[in-house]
Amino acid sequence: MDLNLLWFVLLGILLAGYAILDGFDLGVGILHPFTKTDQERRILMNSIGPLWDGNEVWLVTFGGAMFAAFPEVYATVFSGFYTPFMLLLFALIFRAVSMEFRSKRQNPAWRQTWDWAFFGGSTLATFLFGVAVGNALQGMPIGADKEFTGTTLDLVRPYPVLVGLFAVATFAMHGSLYLSLKTEGELHKRIHGWNWRTFGFFLVLFLFTTVFTLVQVPLATRNFDQHPWVWLVVVLNILAVSNIPRAIYRARPLHAFISSCAAIAALTFLFGVALFPDLVHSSLSPDWSLNVYNGASSQKTLAIMRNIAFLGMPFVLAYTCVILWVFRGKVKIGHFSY
Amino acid sequence: MELDVLILSRLQFALTIMFHYLFPPLTIGLGGLMVSLEAMYLRTRNPHYEQAAKFWTRIFAVNFAMGVSTGIVMEFQFGTNWATYSRFVGDVFGSALAAEGIFAFFLESGFLAVVVFGWDKVSPRVHFFATCMVALGAIFSSVWIVVANSWQQTPAGFHLVGEGTNVRAEITDFWAMVFNPSSVDRLLHTLIGCYILAAFFVMSISAYYLLRGKHLEFAKRSFSQALIMGSVMSLAALIQGDVQARNLKKTQPAKLAAMEAHFETGTGGTPLYAFGIPDEEKRSVRFGLAIPGMLSFLIHGNTQEPVMGLDRFPRDDWPPVNLTFQSFHLMVGLGFFFIAITLAAWFYLWRGKLFETRWLLWIFVVSIPLPYAANQLGWATAEFGRQPWVVYGMLRTSDGLSKSVTAGQTLASIIMFGIIYALLFAVFLYVLNDKIQHGPEPVTPPEKTKGQDLADVAGQRAGTGGYSLTMPGESPHNPGPTPSK
Repeated sequence: MDLNLLWFVLLGILLAGYAILDGFDLGVGILHPFTKTDQERRILMNSIGPLWDGNEVWLVTFGGAMFAAFPEVYATVFSGFYTPFMLLLFALIFRAVSMEFRSKRQNPAWRQTWDWAFFGGSTLATFLFGVAVGNALQGMPIGADKEFTGTTLDLVRPYPVLVGLFAVATFAMHGSLYLSLKTEGELHKRIHGWNWRTFGFFLVLFLFTTVFTLVQVPLATRNFDQHPWVWLVVVLNILAVSNIPRAIYRARPLHAFISSCAAIAALTFLFGVALFPDLVHSSLSPDWSLNVYNGASSQKTLAIMRNIAFLGMPFVLAYTCVILWVFRGKVKIGHFSY
Repeated sequence: MELDVLILSRLQFALTIMFHYLFPPLTIGLGGLMVSLEAMYLRTRNPHYEQAAKFWTRIFAVNFAMGVSTGIVMEFQFGTNWATYSRFVGDVFGSALAAEGIFAFFLESGFLAVVVFGWDKVSPRVHFFATCMVALGAIFSSVWIVVANSWQQTPAGFHLVGEGTNVRAEITDFWAMVFNPSSVDRLLHTLIGCYILAAFFVMSISAYYLLRGKHLEFAKRSFSQALIMGSVMSLAALIQGDVQARNLKKTQPAKLAAMEAHFETGTGGTPLYAFGIPDEEKRSVRFGLAIPGMLSFLIHGNTQEPVMGLDRFPRDDWPPVNLTFQSFHLMVGLGFFFIAITLAAWFYLWRGKLFETRWLLWIFVVSIPLPYAANQLGWATAEFGRQPWVVYGMLRTSDGLSKSVTAGQTLASIIMFGIIYALLFAVFLYVLNDKIQHGPEPVTPPEKTKGQDLADVAGQRAGTGGYSLTMPGESPHNPGPTPSK
């Protein structure tokens, strides 16, 4: 495997890790307004309390790895996405602030304000991630000099917006399945209902997005002809998605959650297949797309980074698992709580 | 003055980096303190150490969350506002950033959950290990950030490829890049600054408790420990700063000249201005107090040999002299103040009167903004002094901008950051004040705990600890004690 491909794969792993981990806590934020009592809202916030910080680190590392491995892509995409990314930062910070602020006063108006900030921040952030993915697939106006030549409005098109909505539905479902693991009693029963509804939304948007992708993004399928084994991932994706309702029906929340993780991983993988060897398609000319070769750092840097990653990754995976294990089980509101 | 993208982007970067840097120094400094407190607890099983460790951990958690939230912005900003710079440095920074992400970020954030929320979920030993990992992660993080920044000051271990606007730096020697001529000096100075800040932070809060007559045992213990760290580190900053300035003579003479407002090289010994107002147009210092031959003495070790002045550099390559001079001199002035005040504290401690000397304790209480200012001013000196280059001698700051970003977009984002950072700062002060007013949890008298399993005791304490970032005792579902206000 050449180093450029390796780093494309590692970026994919970081992105999938981020989508799976921060996906459930963003999803919890999206579902936040559907609770009934203050106590329920506290349970939702506390289910992600110790974890969201660590989950966001995957995004930071994804950004850092992209800067390092593919600086041309990082520079073009981040400057081209200037306004959406500033909104994204705004949403992520606002969300963090709202969790801290909310519990400071008992006043219902106060709490309601921060509840909406938490919901709004989570939803906007998720939507913008989807829009970014949609734009990478459909292509951005990138010129021969590798610079973004459009304006922010060029990024707001039907396909990226659809992918944005799909992201919201996916994370909402993922978050509700996570909440099934973390709650009990009356709330747990109602969340069972949320599982079905969010799965419904997810399924509809999943089908729409799939069809739209095949129509709008002709490049998406080019790798399937050369590498038929990719179909295996498609099959796995369908199996994972169809196992979700089965597990919800059988009241096996852990199975449902794992299936949802697998589905997100498979979708990220397929996103990568649809892009490869590009990282961003140019909508102006296929020759100007930024790919893993013309956007990459030197072979020497990629090799040093590979060694660093292989040295560090086993540790990261090991203690991520340890920490999820330490904080397993149902949420109890207590001294540690928001 | 027309507000162009360059000025706005520089303003935005200054705003976001300075706001961000309010938090990491305390994270690094307090991390060290927490490790030592928990180590003492494990060795002596004295509950006072555990009480102190838990209290500072709560402060640490609030501070850390702020650092993460504002840190994400920094990483995005290289790409959003400084795309050309990112293309230029990407290959060189790549390895440093990858190392930071893998070794530092994951280590810190992962184990922080255990440190903050895990007191009753893991044993004291595992908790101590987690604390060590968090403290280590914070230091790793500073290593790679300072290495990357130092490479911008004194680039090494690379070659330039491409031409015209496509030129970029490519790494040739990883270790030469890491140990570039200024990285060790600057890392030491940065870490010393962090420890000074944490020491003064602890002394400020402890002095406040002493003046209010609250948590006396805890406050005396904390104050004394921090006093050792604060005085040693303040002296270390002076000595290390002197070494650093002498290296600057070789690596960045223009910066050194600007720091001292030294315009004309001349022939004899170079004077040192204790203060003054440099005038770039007239190439002189107004209202200044000059000590003859002193700069020559500090840099060369004799009072005769001239130090290279700004006249040896093209006018276009000068840093902003007044800003660099003032930032540097203020930082040094604050450094001397830290030495003086810690020595005064030692004097009164030796006389056995420190904790009754109210005026001195008050000075410690209100001095807390000063180490923050000193850390900011130190970085301001480093960054002003590097101008007009973003990568010294290689890439001008004005050439590093994103080409596709407009002034309107930048202005809008500055306003947005202004609002949200004001809000964030309000939260931070509010929560911090909450923690300080609440104070450490009372220590269970040792006789009550005798004969019990240590793990039980740890569990009980954790149960009354209140490690949330919020106040305990705020909800009817919360079995804890009401805060002692």
